Amino acid sequence: MFNEPLFHLGQYINMMRLVISRPNKFSMFWKELVRQMYDIGIGSLLIVALICIFIGAVTAIQFNYQLDGTLVPKYYIGYIVRDITLIEMAPTVTCLVLAGKVGSNMASELGGMRQKEHIDAMDIMGVNTYNFLIGPKILGGILVIPMLVTVGAAISIMGGFLASVPTGMLSQEQYIQGLNSFFVPFNVILMLIKAVVFSYLLTSVSCYQGYYVKGGSIELGKASTRAVVISDILILVADYILALLLATK
Amino acid sequence: MIKAIDIKKTYGDNEVLKGITTTFEEGKCNLIIGRSGAGKTVLLKSLVGLVAPDKGEIWFGKINLLSLNKQQTRILRNQMGMLFQGSALFDSMTVEENIRFPLDMFTNMTYKEKIIRVNECLERVDLNGKNKLYPSELSGGMQKRVGIARAIVLKPEYLFCDEPNSGLDPKTSILIDQLIYSITQERNITTVINTHDMNSVMEIGDTINYIENGMLAWHGGKENVLESDNESLQNFIFASPFLKKLRSQAGK
Repeated sequence: MFNEPLFHLGQYINMMRLVISRPNKFSMFWKELVRQMYDIGIGSLLIVALICIFIGAVTAIQFNYQLDGTLVPKYYIGYIVRDITLIEMAPTVTCLVLAGKVGSNMASELGGMRQKEHIDAMDIMGVNTYNFLIGPKILGGILVIPMLVTVGAAISIMGGFLASVPTGMLSQEQYIQGLNSFFVPFNVILMLIKAVVFSYLLTSVSCYQGYYVKGGSIELGKASTRAVVISDILILVADYILALLLATK
Repeated sequence: MIKAIDIKKTYGDNEVLKGITTTFEEGKCNLIIGRSGAGKTVLLKSLVGLVAPDKGEIWFGKINLLSLNKQQTRILRNQMGMLFQGSALFDSMTVEENIRFPLDMFTNMTYKEKIIRVNECLERVDLNGKNKLYPSELSGGMQKRVGIARAIVLKPEYLFCDEPNSGLDPKTSILIDQLIYSITQERNITTVINTHDMNSVMEIGDTINYIENGMLAWHGGKENVLESDNESLQNFIFASPFLKKLRSQAGK
């Protein structure tokens, strides 16, 4: 029963051991890293912006609905949008979405290379394919996804503003007052810690699924789906653990 | 020279290689032939280290491949070139970038030096001026030639070819064979070719290893392959009724 999960865990750990090794050539690693950073960052900016603007907008509208008729001041909407964005929505939802976009892309790319014998060809040349093919993807993700999450958080807060101020839900001053209230700088750190952990999980799991794919196009499709599903589950589990470790008093 | 000693490999209950011992000689085209499923590809992949045998030794000169760690294996692999059955060209790179890739990865040559080397290799495989084309813009035979150019760009001591003629017409197959043969001789490299093309066997088979059911059933050269008394080998060579008829007409 536990044989297969243990086998995959062992193979994953072994893969990571080989990923973290000296590149054959730093200039080639750097070139690949820049390509990955561009693909992950610029390639995902629009979808992240779109999702985050709606997250902020919906959060503002729903909290306005919940606070209606209570004694809680209206400016709390700004405060709630800010904190829920920083602590939960921006890192978690962005990374769940990126697991679908970036993760499945990585799994497909590596899986396709495996099936077309590109990885074997590189292995024969003496290339450390773990380091050269997987390393830049994981490192690129860890460097760029927190930036995307930060941009996403700012856009989400703007989304909250756009949904509430122009519609007359509350005034601009109230929203800004909310944003300035009860600010805990650690929440920004918490957001970035989550983003780094989630980006590591989604990139490494997706690379693992793609690198070790066996069989044909059906198996490649399954590996791509598995990459997204496992990444999403691990992100949610890690979110819970991080909340327990870092956000409980 | 490459020596394989008692190579065994099992997948589940299926014993694919049952203790193969053979030698692949320097400066010669060493062929591995046999029916589909005989274990040729597993043997070839074992030789290059893509498959880890369960038992045995593989000696590249004085180095046992199976005793090396990953880093040492990579260093040895710098001396290997391989032509894959499907060419395995990186499809998002041009011909020039494909051939330049090993140079980018393993040398400190300047860009100009690399281009000179790439052009030399392209000229050697008779593909001058195709630098900027993508693999998808090339025919199967041209892709194989680019694959050969990429395999020899680092001037390897060992060249491995996995079914270099598959998917090619007979005339192009012979051209590819001759190309591999002449490169082997002029650079004095140890070439190992996995094939079931009888034209190749008769054209370039300096040494021939006939594999049957995971075992080495016959070892020899192209001069004596037709006269061998190995019945299985004869059935493999004269597989078609047409060839059998020709053989009987020739009085064999």
